[in-house]
Amino acid sequence: MTTTTARPVQQRPAPGSVRRTAAALEYWLVQYRTVWRGTVVSGVLTPVLFLTAMGVGLGALVDDAGRLGGEYLLFLAPGLMAATAMQTAEFESTYPVMGGIKWIRTYHAMLATPLGVADILLGHLLFVALRVLSVASIYLLVIALFGAAPSWLALAAVPAALLTGMAFSAPIFAFSAGNENDAGFAALERFVIVPLFLFSGTFFPVSQLPDAIEWVAYVTPLWHGVELCRGLVLGTAELGVSVAHVGYLTVCTVVGVAAAYETFRRRLEKTG
Amino acid sequence: MIHARGLTKRFGEFTAVDGIDVDVLRGEAFGFLGPNGAGKSSTMRMIGCVSPPSAGTLRILGMDPAADGPAIRARLGVVPQQDTLDLELTVRENLLIYGRYFGLSRALVRERADELLDFVQLTDRAKDKVEPLSGGMKRRLTIARSLINDPEILLLDEPTTGLDPQARHTLWDRLFRLKQRGVTLVLTTHYMDEAEQLCDRLVVMDKGRFVAEGSPRELIARYSTREVLELRFRADEDISVYGEKLAGLVERIEVLPDRLLLYTDNGDRTTEEVHARGVRPAGTLVRRSTLEDVFLRLTGRTLVD
Repeated sequence: MTTTTARPVQQRPAPGSVRRTAAALEYWLVQYRTVWRGTVVSGVLTPVLFLTAMGVGLGALVDDAGRLGGEYLLFLAPGLMAATAMQTAEFESTYPVMGGIKWIRTYHAMLATPLGVADILLGHLLFVALRVLSVASIYLLVIALFGAAPSWLALAAVPAALLTGMAFSAPIFAFSAGNENDAGFAALERFVIVPLFLFSGTFFPVSQLPDAIEWVAYVTPLWHGVELCRGLVLGTAELGVSVAHVGYLTVCTVVGVAAAYETFRRRLEKTG
Repeated sequence: MIHARGLTKRFGEFTAVDGIDVDVLRGEAFGFLGPNGAGKSSTMRMIGCVSPPSAGTLRILGMDPAADGPAIRARLGVVPQQDTLDLELTVRENLLIYGRYFGLSRALVRERADELLDFVQLTDRAKDKVEPLSGGMKRRLTIARSLINDPEILLLDEPTTGLDPQARHTLWDRLFRLKQRGVTLVLTTHYMDEAEQLCDRLVVMDKGRFVAEGSPRELIARYSTREVLELRFRADEDISVYGEKLAGLVERIEVLPDRLLLYTDNGDRTTEEVHARGVRPAGTLVRRSTLEDVFLRLTGRTLVD
Protein backbone atom coordinates (compact mmCIF):
# COMPACT_ATOMS: atom_id res chain seq x y z
CA MET A 1 0.00 0.00 0.00
CA THR A 2 2.95 2.30 0.55
CA THR A 3 3.16 2.49 -3.21
CA THR A 4 -0.48 3.42 -3.82
CA THR A 5 -0.02 7.04 -4.67
CA ALA A 6 3.71 7.29 -4.27
CA ARG A 7 3.70 6.19 -7.88
CA PRO A 8 1.78 8.39 -10.27
CA VAL A 9 -1.79 7.37 -10.85
CA GLN A 10 -1.82 4.99 -13.76
CA GLN A 11 -4.43 5.82 -16.30
CA ARG A 12 -5.37 2.37 -17.37
CA PRO A 13 -7.99 2.17 -20.07
CA ALA A 14 -11.26 0.57 -19.05
CA PRO A 15 -11.43 -3.04 -20.26
CA GLY A 16 -13.46 -3.69 -23.41
CA SER A 17 -16.83 -5.40 -23.32
CA VAL A 18 -15.45 -8.91 -24.02
CA ARG A 19 -13.04 -8.67 -21.10
CA ARG A 20 -15.74 -7.20 -18.89
CA THR A 21 -18.09 -10.08 -19.65
CA ALA A 22 -15.24 -12.55 -19.09
CA ALA A 23 -14.55 -10.96 -15.69
CA ALA A 24 -18.20 -11.34 -14.69
CA LEU A 25 -18.07 -15.00 -15.78
CA GLU A 26 -14.86 -15.42 -13.79
CA TYR A 27 -16.68 -14.42 -10.60
CA TRP A 28 -19.20 -17.23 -11.02
CA LEU A 29 -16.44 -19.70 -11.76
CA VAL A 30 -14.52 -18.66 -8.63
CA GLN A 31 -17.72 -19.03 -6.65
CA TYR A 32 -18.42 -22.42 -8.26
CA ARG A 33 -15.08 -23.71 -7.01
CA THR A 34 -16.61 -23.90 -3.53
CA VAL A 35 -19.46 -26.21 -4.60
CA TRP A 36 -18.33 -28.08 -7.73
CA ARG A 37 -17.86 -31.47 -6.08
CA GLY A 38 -21.48 -31.74 -5.06
CA THR A 39 -22.71 -30.77 -8.50
CA VAL A 40 -20.57 -33.40 -10.21
CA VAL A 41 -21.86 -36.11 -7.87
CA SER A 42 -25.49 -35.18 -8.54
CA GLY A 43 -24.66 -34.72 -12.23
CA VAL A 44 -23.69 -38.39 -12.42
CA LEU A 45 -26.19 -39.80 -9.93
CA THR A 46 -29.27 -38.22 -11.49
CA PRO A 47 -28.99 -39.94 -14.89
CA VAL A 48 -27.85 -43.24 -13.35
CA LEU A 49 -30.81 -43.38 -10.95
CA PHE A 50 -33.42 -42.20 -13.45
CA LEU A 51 -32.27 -44.46 -16.25
CA THR A 52 -32.06 -47.45 -13.93
CA ALA A 53 -35.42 -46.97 -12.25
CA MET A 54 -37.52 -45.73 -15.14
CA GLY A 55 -35.58 -46.74 -18.20
CA VAL A 56 -34.63 -50.24 -17.17
CA GLY A 57 -37.11 -51.02 -14.36
CA LEU A 58 -40.32 -49.41 -15.55
CA GLY A 59 -39.15 -49.83 -19.13
CA ALA A 60 -39.41 -53.63 -18.87
CA LEU A 61 -43.15 -53.32 -18.16
CA VAL A 62 -43.69 -50.78 -20.95
CA ASP A 63 -41.79 -52.93 -23.41
CA ASP A 64 -43.89 -55.98 -22.47
CA ALA A 65 -47.03 -54.02 -23.34
CA GLY A 66 -45.42 -53.42 -26.72
CA ARG A 67 -47.34 -50.29 -27.62
CA LEU A 68 -44.40 -47.87 -27.99
CA GLY A 69 -42.93 -49.60 -31.03
CA GLY A 70 -39.44 -49.52 -29.57
CA GLU A 71 -37.42 -49.83 -26.37
CA TYR A 72 -38.66 -47.51 -23.59
CA LEU A 73 -35.14 -46.80 -22.34
CA LEU A 74 -34.24 -45.42 -25.76
CA PHE A 75 -37.37 -43.28 -25.82
CA LEU A 76 -36.95 -41.99 -22.29
CA ALA A 77 -33.22 -41.24 -22.02
CA PRO A 78 -32.92 -38.32 -24.49
CA GLY A 79 -36.13 -36.76 -23.12
CA LEU A 80 -34.72 -36.85 -19.61
CA MET A 81 -31.53 -35.31 -20.87
CA ALA A 82 -33.42 -32.30 -22.24
CA ALA A 83 -35.61 -32.07 -19.11
CA THR A 84 -32.55 -32.15 -16.86
CA ALA A 85 -31.00 -29.34 -18.90
CA MET A 86 -34.17 -27.35 -18.19
CA GLN A 87 -34.04 -28.07 -14.46
CA THR A 88 -30.36 -27.18 -14.17
CA ALA A 89 -31.03 -23.93 -16.00
CA GLU A 90 -33.97 -23.18 -13.72
CA PHE A 91 -31.96 -23.81 -10.55
CA GLU A 92 -29.04 -21.67 -11.71
CA SER A 93 -31.30 -18.84 -12.89
CA THR A 94 -33.47 -18.29 -9.82
CA TYR A 95 -31.78 -18.13 -6.41
CA PRO A 96 -28.35 -17.04 -7.69
CA VAL A 97 -29.95 -14.15 -9.61
CA MET A 98 -31.93 -13.06 -6.55
CA GLY A 99 -28.69 -13.38 -4.56
CA GLY A 100 -26.86 -11.14 -6.99
CA ILE A 101 -29.54 -8.48 -6.62
CA LYS A 102 -30.57 -8.80 -2.99
CA TRP A 103 -28.71 -11.19 -0.74
CA ILE A 104 -25.04 -11.23 -1.68
CA ARG A 105 -25.48 -8.18 -3.91
CA THR A 106 -22.79 -9.31 -6.31
CA TYR A 107 -24.34 -7.39 -9.19
CA HIS A 108 -24.14 -4.16 -7.22
CA ALA A 109 -20.48 -4.80 -6.40
CA MET A 110 -19.83 -5.34 -10.12
CA LEU A 111 -21.73 -2.20 -11.13
CA ALA A 112 -19.33 -0.05 -9.10
CA THR A 113 -16.54 -1.21 -11.44
CA PRO A 114 -16.24 -0.82 -15.23
CA LEU A 115 -18.76 -3.66 -15.62
CA GLY A 116 -22.17 -2.63 -16.93
CA VAL A 117 -25.57 -4.29 -16.82
CA ALA A 118 -25.03 -6.10 -20.14
CA ASP A 119 -21.65 -7.47 -19.01
CA ILE A 120 -23.11 -8.65 -15.72
CA LEU A 121 -26.06 -10.35 -17.41
CA LEU A 122 -24.04 -12.01 -20.17
CA GLY A 123 -21.30 -13.15 -17.81
CA HIS A 124 -23.85 -14.83 -15.56
CA LEU A 125 -25.74 -16.38 -18.49
CA LEU A 126 -22.46 -17.77 -19.83
CA PHE A 127 -21.84 -19.42 -16.49
CA VAL A 128 -25.30 -21.01 -16.59
CA ALA A 129 -24.52 -22.17 -20.12
CA LEU A 130 -21.35 -23.85 -18.88
CA ARG A 131 -23.27 -25.57 -16.09
CA VAL A 132 -25.95 -26.83 -18.48
CA LEU A 133 -23.27 -27.92 -20.93
CA SER A 134 -21.46 -29.98 -18.30
CA VAL A 135 -24.67 -31.55 -16.97
CA ALA A 136 -25.79 -32.45 -20.51
CA SER A 137 -22.37 -33.91 -21.35
CA ILE A 138 -22.39 -36.12 -18.28
CA TYR A 139 -25.96 -37.15 -19.11
CA LEU A 140 -25.05 -38.20 -22.63
CA LEU A 141 -22.06 -40.14 -21.33
CA VAL A 142 -24.28 -42.09 -18.94
CA ILE A 143 -26.84 -42.67 -21.72
CA ALA A 144 -24.06 -44.10 -23.88
CA LEU A 145 -22.93 -46.35 -21.03
CA PHE A 146 -26.49 -47.66 -20.77
CA GLY A 147 -26.23 -48.48 -24.47
CA ALA A 148 -28.99 -46.03 -25.29
CA ALA A 149 -27.12 -43.78 -27.74
CA PRO A 150 -27.12 -45.77 -30.99
CA SER A 151 -26.07 -42.89 -33.29
CA TRP A 152 -23.02 -40.65 -33.54
CA LEU A 153 -25.50 -37.83 -34.05
CA ALA A 154 -26.00 -38.15 -30.29
CA LEU A 155 -23.00 -35.86 -29.82
CA ALA A 156 -25.08 -33.06 -31.31
CA ALA A 157 -27.64 -33.62 -28.55
CA VAL A 158 -25.28 -31.87 -26.11
CA PRO A 159 -25.53 -28.46 -27.82
CA ALA A 160 -29.23 -29.18 -28.37
CA ALA A 161 -29.70 -29.68 -24.62
CA LEU A 162 -27.64 -26.56 -24.00
CA LEU A 163 -29.96 -24.56 -26.23
CA THR A 164 -32.96 -26.04 -24.42
CA GLY A 165 -31.48 -24.96 -21.11
CA MET A 166 -30.84 -21.42 -22.32
CA ALA A 167 -34.37 -21.14 -23.73
CA PHE A 168 -35.41 -21.47 -20.07
CA SER A 169 -32.50 -19.72 -18.37
CA ALA A 170 -32.85 -16.37 -20.15
CA PRO A 171 -36.59 -15.83 -19.52
CA ILE A 172 -36.17 -17.10 -15.94
CA PHE A 173 -33.41 -14.51 -15.42
CA ALA A 174 -35.99 -11.88 -16.35
CA PHE A 175 -38.57 -13.50 -14.05
CA SER A 176 -36.15 -13.69 -11.11
CA ALA A 177 -34.96 -10.09 -11.47
CA GLY A 178 -38.57 -8.96 -11.59
CA ASN A 179 -39.46 -10.67 -8.30
CA GLU A 180 -39.20 -8.86 -4.98
CA ASN A 181 -38.45 -12.05 -3.06
CA ASP A 182 -37.98 -15.78 -3.60
CA ALA A 183 -41.63 -16.76 -2.99
CA GLY A 184 -42.23 -16.80 -6.76
CA PHE A 185 -39.60 -19.48 -7.28
CA ALA A 186 -41.65 -22.18 -5.56
CA ALA A 187 -44.60 -21.25 -7.78
CA LEU A 188 -42.41 -21.39 -10.88
CA GLU A 189 -41.24 -24.86 -9.87
CA ARG A 190 -44.73 -26.11 -9.02
CA PHE A 191 -46.77 -24.61 -11.84
CA VAL A 192 -44.29 -24.47 -14.71
CA ILE A 193 -41.24 -26.65 -14.37
CA VAL A 194 -42.80 -29.80 -12.88
CA PRO A 195 -45.78 -29.86 -15.28
CA LEU A 196 -43.42 -29.37 -18.21
CA PHE A 197 -41.15 -32.08 -16.90
CA LEU A 198 -44.09 -34.50 -16.76
CA PHE A 199 -46.08 -33.56 -19.86
CA SER A 200 -43.67 -32.40 -22.56
CA GLY A 201 -43.10 -35.78 -24.15
CA THR A 202 -40.36 -36.80 -21.77
CA PHE A 203 -42.05 -39.89 -20.37
CA PHE A 204 -44.66 -40.59 -23.06
CA PRO A 205 -45.53 -39.14 -26.47
CA VAL A 206 -47.65 -35.99 -26.21
CA SER A 207 -50.11 -37.60 -28.65
CA GLN A 208 -51.32 -39.50 -25.56
CA LEU A 209 -52.56 -36.21 -24.11
CA PRO A 210 -56.07 -34.80 -24.67
CA ASP A 211 -56.03 -32.68 -27.84
CA ALA A 212 -56.27 -29.29 -26.13
CA ILE A 213 -53.36 -30.04 -23.82
CA GLU A 214 -51.41 -31.61 -26.64
CA TRP A 215 -51.38 -28.22 -28.36
CA VAL A 216 -50.14 -26.55 -25.19
CA ALA A 217 -47.28 -29.03 -25.15
CA TYR A 218 -46.26 -28.01 -28.67
CA VAL A 219 -45.88 -24.40 -27.55
CA THR A 220 -43.62 -25.16 -24.59
CA PRO A 221 -39.88 -24.95 -25.22
CA LEU A 222 -39.28 -28.24 -23.45
CA TRP A 223 -41.26 -30.27 -26.00
CA HIS A 224 -39.06 -28.86 -28.77
CA GLY A 225 -35.95 -29.64 -26.74
CA VAL A 226 -37.11 -33.19 -26.00
CA GLU A 227 -37.97 -33.91 -29.64
CA LEU A 228 -34.71 -32.41 -30.85
CA CYS A 229 -32.56 -34.38 -28.40
CA ARG A 230 -34.47 -37.59 -29.05
CA GLY A 231 -34.02 -37.32 -32.80
CA LEU A 232 -30.31 -36.71 -32.41
CA VAL A 233 -29.56 -39.36 -29.79
CA LEU A 234 -31.49 -42.01 -31.72
CA GLY A 235 -30.22 -40.82 -35.09
CA THR A 236 -33.73 -40.38 -36.45
CA ALA A 237 -33.65 -36.58 -36.68
CA GLU A 238 -35.00 -34.99 -39.85
CA LEU A 239 -33.24 -31.83 -40.94
CA GLY A 240 -36.30 -29.60 -41.51
CA VAL A 241 -37.99 -30.50 -38.25
CA SER A 242 -34.76 -30.15 -36.29
CA VAL A 243 -34.11 -26.72 -37.76
CA ALA A 244 -37.62 -25.68 -36.72
CA HIS A 245 -36.97 -26.86 -33.13
CA VAL A 246 -33.64 -25.04 -33.04
CA GLY A 247 -35.29 -21.92 -34.41
CA TYR A 248 -38.05 -21.99 -31.81
CA LEU A 249 -35.61 -22.50 -28.92
CA THR A 250 -33.35 -19.74 -30.27
CA VAL A 251 -36.27 -17.31 -30.39
CA CYS A 252 -37.14 -18.16 -26.76
CA THR A 253 -33.53 -17.52 -25.77
CA VAL A 254 -33.19 -14.24 -27.63
CA VAL A 255 -36.50 -12.87 -26.39
CA GLY A 256 -35.54 -14.02 -22.88
CA VAL A 257 -32.18 -12.24 -23.00
CA ALA A 258 -33.82 -9.00 -24.16
CA ALA A 259 -36.42 -9.21 -21.39
CA ALA A 260 -33.74 -10.04 -18.82
CA TYR A 261 -31.63 -7.06 -19.90
CA GLU A 262 -34.58 -4.72 -19.47
CA THR A 263 -35.55 -6.06 -16.02
CA PHE A 264 -31.91 -6.10 -14.86
CA ARG A 265 -31.40 -2.52 -15.97
CA ARG A 266 -34.48 -1.26 -14.17
CA ARG A 267 -33.94 -3.27 -11.03
CA LEU A 268 -30.24 -2.51 -10.62
CA GLU A 269 -30.63 1.19 -11.31
CA LYS A 270 -33.41 1.46 -8.77
CA THR A 271 -31.94 -0.28 -5.75
CA GLY A 272 -28.67 0.70 -4.19
CA MET B 1 -12.60 16.16 -10.49
CA ILE B 2 -16.37 16.36 -10.15
CA HIS B 3 -18.47 19.08 -11.71
CA ALA B 4 -22.26 19.21 -11.47
CA ARG B 5 -24.77 21.87 -12.42
CA GLY B 6 -28.47 21.59 -11.75
CA LEU B 7 -28.02 17.90 -10.99
CA THR B 8 -31.42 16.31 -10.42
CA LYS B 9 -32.70 12.82 -9.69
CA ARG B 10 -36.37 11.99 -9.77
CA PHE B 11 -38.10 8.72 -8.99
CA GLY B 12 -41.55 9.13 -10.48
CA GLU B 13 -43.17 12.01 -8.63
CA PHE B 14 -40.52 12.10 -5.92
CA THR B 15 -37.51 14.39 -6.37
CA ALA B 16 -34.58 12.90 -4.45
CA VAL B 17 -31.98 15.41 -5.64
CA ASP B 18 -33.23 18.84 -6.59
CA GLY B 19 -30.88 20.74 -8.88
CA ILE B 20 -27.61 20.84 -6.95
CA ASP B 21 -24.34 22.48 -8.07
CA VAL B 22 -21.12 20.83 -6.89
CA ASP B 23 -17.42 21.14 -7.67
CA VAL B 24 -14.97 18.80 -6.02
CA LEU B 25 -11.28 19.56 -6.46
CA ARG B 26 -8.37 17.14 -6.67
CA GLY B 27 -7.03 16.00 -3.32
CA GLU B 28 -9.77 17.43 -1.14
CA ALA B 29 -12.11 15.59 1.18
CA PHE B 30 -15.64 16.63 0.37
CA GLY B 31 -18.66 15.65 2.43
CA PHE B 32 -22.40 15.51 2.02
CA LEU B 33 -23.90 15.89 5.49
CA GLY B 34 -27.58 15.35 6.05
CA PRO B 35 -30.23 13.15 7.63
CA ASN B 36 -31.51 9.93 6.07
CA GLY B 37 -33.51 10.66 2.96
CA ALA B 38 -31.77 13.97 2.22
CA GLY B 39 -30.66 12.73 -1.21
CA LYS B 40 -27.04 11.95 -0.31
CA SER B 41 -27.02 8.38 -1.59
CA SER B 42 -28.86 9.30 -4.78
CA THR B 43 -26.21 11.93 -5.41
CA MET B 44 -23.46 9.40 -4.78
CA ARG B 45 -25.04 6.88 -7.13
CA MET B 46 -25.10 9.49 -9.89
CA ILE B 47 -21.47 10.40 -9.25
CA GLY B 48 -20.64 6.69 -9.23
CA CYS B 49 -22.16 6.43 -12.74
CA VAL B 50 -24.64 3.77 -11.64
CA SER B 51 -27.79 5.86 -11.74
CA PRO B 52 -28.27 8.32 -14.63
CA PRO B 53 -29.26 11.89 -13.71
CA SER B 54 -32.83 12.96 -14.53
CA ALA B 55 -31.64 16.46 -15.42
CA GLY B 56 -28.60 18.73 -15.23
CA THR B 57 -25.00 18.27 -16.26
CA LEU B 58 -22.49 16.01 -14.57
CA ARG B 59 -18.80 15.59 -15.44
CA ILE B 60 -16.53 13.20 -13.58
CA LEU B 61 -12.81 13.44 -14.35
CA GLY B 62 -13.84 15.55 -17.33
CA MET B 63 -16.04 12.80 -18.77
CA ASP B 64 -19.77 12.35 -19.18
CA PRO B 65 -21.19 9.39 -17.20
CA ALA B 66 -23.83 8.74 -19.86
CA ALA B 67 -21.18 8.18 -22.54
CA ASP B 68 -18.10 7.04 -20.61
CA GLY B 69 -19.48 5.12 -17.62
CA PRO B 70 -16.97 2.24 -17.76
CA ALA B 71 -14.01 4.57 -18.35
CA ILE B 72 -14.98 6.73 -15.37
CA ARG B 73 -15.73 3.81 -13.09
CA ALA B 74 -12.31 2.37 -13.96
CA ARG B 75 -10.81 5.35 -12.10
CA LEU B 76 -13.23 5.47 -9.15
CA GLY B 77 -13.25 3.55 -5.91
CA VAL B 78 -16.64 2.92 -4.32
CA VAL B 79 -17.47 2.04 -0.73
CA PRO B 80 -21.23 1.44 -0.80
CA GLN B 81 -23.54 2.05 2.12
CA GLN B 82 -24.49 -1.62 2.29
CA ASP B 83 -21.65 -4.15 2.04
CA THR B 84 -21.47 -6.10 -1.21
CA LEU B 85 -18.76 -8.55 -0.15
CA ASP B 86 -19.11 -12.21 -1.06
CA LEU B 87 -19.40 -13.89 2.33
CA GLU B 88 -18.68 -17.37 0.93
CA LEU B 89 -15.32 -16.38 -0.54
CA THR B 90 -12.21 -15.64 1.46
CA VAL B 91 -11.02 -12.15 2.31
CA ARG B 92 -8.28 -12.36 -0.31
CA GLU B 93 -10.52 -13.89 -3.00
CA ASN B 94 -12.87 -10.95 -2.62
CA LEU B 95 -10.03 -8.61 -3.52
CA LEU B 96 -8.71 -10.75 -6.36
CA ILE B 97 -11.98 -11.10 -8.23
CA TYR B 98 -12.80 -7.42 -7.75
CA GLY B 99 -9.49 -6.45 -9.33
CA ARG B 100 -10.36 -8.61 -12.33
CA TYR B 101 -13.45 -6.48 -12.97
CA PHE B 102 -11.05 -3.62 -13.71
CA GLY B 103 -9.22 -5.73 -16.27
CA LEU B 104 -6.09 -5.97 -14.10
CA SER B 105 -3.79 -8.94 -14.64
CA ARG B 106 -3.83 -11.73 -12.06
CA ALA B 107 -0.23 -10.99 -11.09
CA LEU B 108 -0.91 -7.30 -10.48
CA VAL B 109 -4.09 -8.05 -8.57
CA ARG B 110 -2.26 -10.47 -6.27
CA GLU B 111 0.42 -7.90 -5.55
CA ARG B 112 -2.14 -5.15 -4.87
CA ALA B 113 -4.27 -7.45 -2.72
CA ASP B 114 -1.36 -8.18 -0.39
CA GLU B 115 -0.47 -4.48 -0.08
CA LEU B 116 -4.04 -3.52 0.62
CA LEU B 117 -4.63 -6.26 3.18
CA ASP B 118 -1.60 -4.93 4.98
CA PHE B 119 -2.95 -1.37 4.75
CA VAL B 120 -6.29 -2.30 6.33
CA GLN B 121 -4.63 -4.65 8.83
CA LEU B 122 -6.34 -7.81 7.61
CA THR B 123 -3.28 -9.77 6.45
CA ASP B 124 -3.75 -12.44 9.12
CA ARG B 125 -7.37 -12.97 8.03
CA ALA B 126 -6.54 -13.22 4.30
CA LYS B 127 -7.47 -16.90 4.01
CA ASP B 128 -10.59 -16.73 6.20
CA LYS B 129 -14.06 -16.52 4.82
CA VAL B 130 -15.69 -13.09 5.08
CA GLU B 131 -18.79 -14.32 6.91
CA PRO B 132 -17.40 -14.44 10.49
CA LEU B 133 -15.56 -11.09 10.29
CA SER B 134 -16.74 -8.24 12.52
CA GLY B 135 -18.59 -5.29 11.01
CA GLY B 136 -15.49 -3.11 11.27
CA MET B 137 -13.33 -5.70 9.53
CA LYS B 138 -15.84 -6.09 6.71
CA ARG B 139 -15.87 -2.34 6.28
CA ARG B 140 -12.08 -2.26 6.15
CA LEU B 141 -12.13 -5.04 3.57
CA THR B 142 -14.64 -3.06 1.50
CA ILE B 143 -12.28 -0.09 1.64
CA ALA B 144 -9.32 -2.25 0.62
CA ARG B 145 -11.41 -3.60 -2.25
CA SER B 146 -12.35 -0.10 -3.40
CA LEU B 147 -8.64 0.74 -3.67
CA ILE B 148 -7.65 -2.23 -5.84
CA ASN B 149 -7.64 -0.11 -9.02
CA ASP B 150 -5.63 2.73 -7.45
CA PRO B 151 -8.59 5.13 -7.77
CA GLU B 152 -8.28 8.88 -8.16
CA ILE B 153 -11.58 9.49 -6.40
CA LEU B 154 -12.88 7.41 -3.53
CA LEU B 155 -16.66 7.55 -2.95
CA LEU B 156 -17.73 6.56 0.55
CA ASP B 157 -21.44 6.30 1.32
CA GLU B 158 -21.97 6.30 5.09
CA PRO B 159 -18.60 4.65 5.68
CA THR B 160 -18.91 4.09 9.43
CA THR B 161 -22.65 3.74 9.99
CA GLY B 162 -23.34 0.89 12.37
CA LEU B 163 -19.78 0.54 13.65
CA ASP B 164 -18.63 0.80 17.25
CA PRO B 165 -16.53 3.85 18.24
CA GLN B 166 -13.21 2.04 18.15
CA ALA B 167 -13.85 0.59 14.68
CA ARG B 168 -14.87 4.04 13.46
CA HIS B 169 -11.63 5.59 14.68
CA THR B 170 -9.57 2.85 13.01
CA LEU B 171 -11.40 3.53 9.78
CA TRP B 172 -11.04 7.29 10.01
CA ASP B 173 -7.31 6.81 10.53
CA ARG B 174 -7.06 4.79 7.29
CA LEU B 175 -9.11 7.32 5.37
CA PHE B 176 -6.99 10.15 6.71
CA ARG B 177 -3.88 8.39 5.41
CA LEU B 178 -5.46 8.04 1.99
CA LYS B 179 -6.21 11.72 1.96
CA GLN B 180 -2.61 12.48 2.86
CA ARG B 181 -1.58 10.43 -0.14
CA GLY B 182 -3.61 12.63 -2.43
CA VAL B 183 -6.71 10.50 -2.99
CA THR B 184 -9.80 12.68 -3.43
CA LEU B 185 -12.42 11.62 -0.90
CA VAL B 186 -16.12 12.17 -1.39
CA LEU B 187 -18.27 10.94 1.45
CA THR B 188 -21.77 11.09 2.80
CA THR B 189 -22.52 10.90 6.47
CA HIS B 190 -25.16 11.78 8.98
CA TYR B 191 -22.56 11.94 11.73
CA MET B 192 -21.33 15.43 12.39
CA ASP B 193 -18.19 14.13 14.13
CA GLU B 194 -17.29 12.14 11.05
CA ALA B 195 -17.74 15.19 8.84
CA GLU B 196 -15.62 17.27 11.22
CA GLN B 197 -12.90 14.63 11.35
CA LEU B 198 -12.58 14.00 7.65
CA CYS B 199 -13.94 16.82 5.53
CA ASP B 200 -12.10 19.88 4.25
CA ARG B 201 -15.34 21.14 2.82
CA LEU B 202 -18.89 20.00 3.08
CA VAL B 203 -22.41 20.75 2.08
CA VAL B 204 -25.35 20.38 4.41
CA MET B 205 -28.10 18.66 2.52
CA ASP B 206 -31.81 18.52 3.30
CA LYS B 207 -34.70 17.38 1.11
CA GLY B 208 -32.57 17.13 -2.01
CA ARG B 209 -31.07 20.62 -1.74
CA PHE B 210 -27.98 22.24 -0.26
CA VAL B 211 -28.79 24.45 2.70
CA ALA B 212 -25.20 25.49 3.48
CA GLU B 213 -21.68 25.00 2.20
CA GLY B 214 -18.22 25.54 3.65
CA SER B 215 -15.56 24.06 5.91
CA PRO B 216 -16.81 22.63 9.21
CA ARG B 217 -15.22 25.56 11.06
CA GLU B 218 -16.77 28.18 8.77
CA LEU B 219 -20.20 26.62 9.04
CA ILE B 220 -20.07 26.60 12.81
CA ALA B 221 -18.85 30.20 12.92
CA ARG B 222 -21.53 31.32 10.50
CA TYR B 223 -24.54 29.45 11.84
CA SER B 224 -23.84 28.84 15.51
CA THR B 225 -22.25 30.34 18.60
CA ARG B 226 -18.97 29.40 20.22
CA GLU B 227 -20.57 27.38 22.99
CA VAL B 228 -23.78 25.59 23.71
CA LEU B 229 -25.37 25.16 27.09
CA GLU B 230 -27.52 22.04 27.27
CA LEU B 231 -30.14 21.91 30.02
CA ARG B 232 -31.72 18.56 30.78
CA PHE B 233 -34.92 18.17 32.72
CA ARG B 234 -36.84 15.31 34.29
CA ALA B 235 -39.06 13.46 31.85
CA ASP B 236 -42.29 14.51 33.61
CA GLU B 237 -41.54 18.24 33.33
CA ASP B 238 -42.91 20.47 30.58
CA ILE B 239 -39.79 21.81 28.93
CA SER B 240 -41.50 24.55 26.94
CA VAL B 241 -42.40 26.34 30.20
CA TYR B 242 -38.67 26.70 30.94
CA GLY B 243 -38.09 27.82 27.40
CA GLU B 244 -40.44 30.73 28.03
CA LYS B 245 -38.89 31.53 31.39
CA LEU B 246 -35.45 31.82 29.81
CA ALA B 247 -36.56 33.76 26.75
CA GLY B 248 -34.28 36.65 25.87
CA LEU B 249 -31.39 35.34 27.97
CA VAL B 250 -29.41 34.36 24.90
CA GLU B 251 -29.64 35.01 21.19
CA ARG B 252 -31.23 31.66 20.39
CA ILE B 253 -32.85 28.79 22.32
CA GLU B 254 -33.79 25.44 20.80
CA VAL B 255 -36.48 23.44 22.56
CA LEU B 256 -35.95 19.69 22.01
CA PRO B 257 -38.20 16.99 23.47
CA ASP B 258 -35.76 16.16 26.28
CA ARG B 259 -33.63 19.27 26.66
CA LEU B 260 -33.07 22.96 25.99
CA LEU B 261 -30.12 24.20 23.94
CA LEU B 262 -28.93 27.74 24.75
CA TYR B 263 -26.59 29.24 22.15
CA THR B 264 -24.09 31.47 23.86
CA ASP B 265 -20.51 32.70 23.73
CA ASN B 266 -19.94 31.98 27.39
CA GLY B 267 -21.57 28.83 28.71
CA ASP B 268 -20.55 29.22 32.32
CA ARG B 269 -21.92 32.74 32.61
CA THR B 270 -25.17 31.68 30.98
CA THR B 271 -25.42 28.79 33.47
CA GLU B 272 -25.30 31.29 36.32
CA GLU B 273 -27.94 33.44 34.68
CA VAL B 274 -30.19 30.40 34.25
CA HIS B 275 -29.91 29.67 37.95
CA ALA B 276 -30.52 33.36 38.73
CA ARG B 277 -33.86 33.09 36.92
CA GLY B 278 -34.85 30.29 39.24
CA VAL B 279 -34.61 27.46 36.69
CA ARG B 280 -33.20 24.29 38.24
CA PRO B 281 -32.44 21.74 35.49
CA ALA B 282 -31.66 18.08 36.33
CA GLY B 283 -28.37 18.44 34.48
CA THR B 284 -26.30 21.04 32.65
CA LEU B 285 -23.58 20.64 30.04
CA VAL B 286 -21.45 23.28 28.38
CA ARG B 287 -19.94 22.14 25.09
CA ARG B 288 -18.58 23.71 21.93
CA SER B 289 -20.84 24.05 18.92
CA THR B 290 -20.87 21.23 16.37
CA LEU B 291 -22.26 20.67 12.91
CA GLU B 292 -25.28 19.15 14.61
CA ASP B 293 -26.12 22.64 15.87
CA VAL B 294 -25.61 24.04 12.40
CA PHE B 295 -28.01 21.52 11.02
CA LEU B 296 -30.57 22.20 13.72
CA ARG B 297 -30.33 25.92 13.02
CA LEU B 298 -30.71 25.46 9.28
CA THR B 299 -33.50 22.90 9.21
CA GLY B 300 -35.09 22.99 12.64
CA ARG B 301 -34.46 19.26 12.94
CA THR B 302 -31.78 17.00 14.36
CA LEU B 303 -29.52 14.88 12.15
CA VAL B 304 -29.97 11.53 13.82
CA ASP B 305 -33.44 10.76 15.05
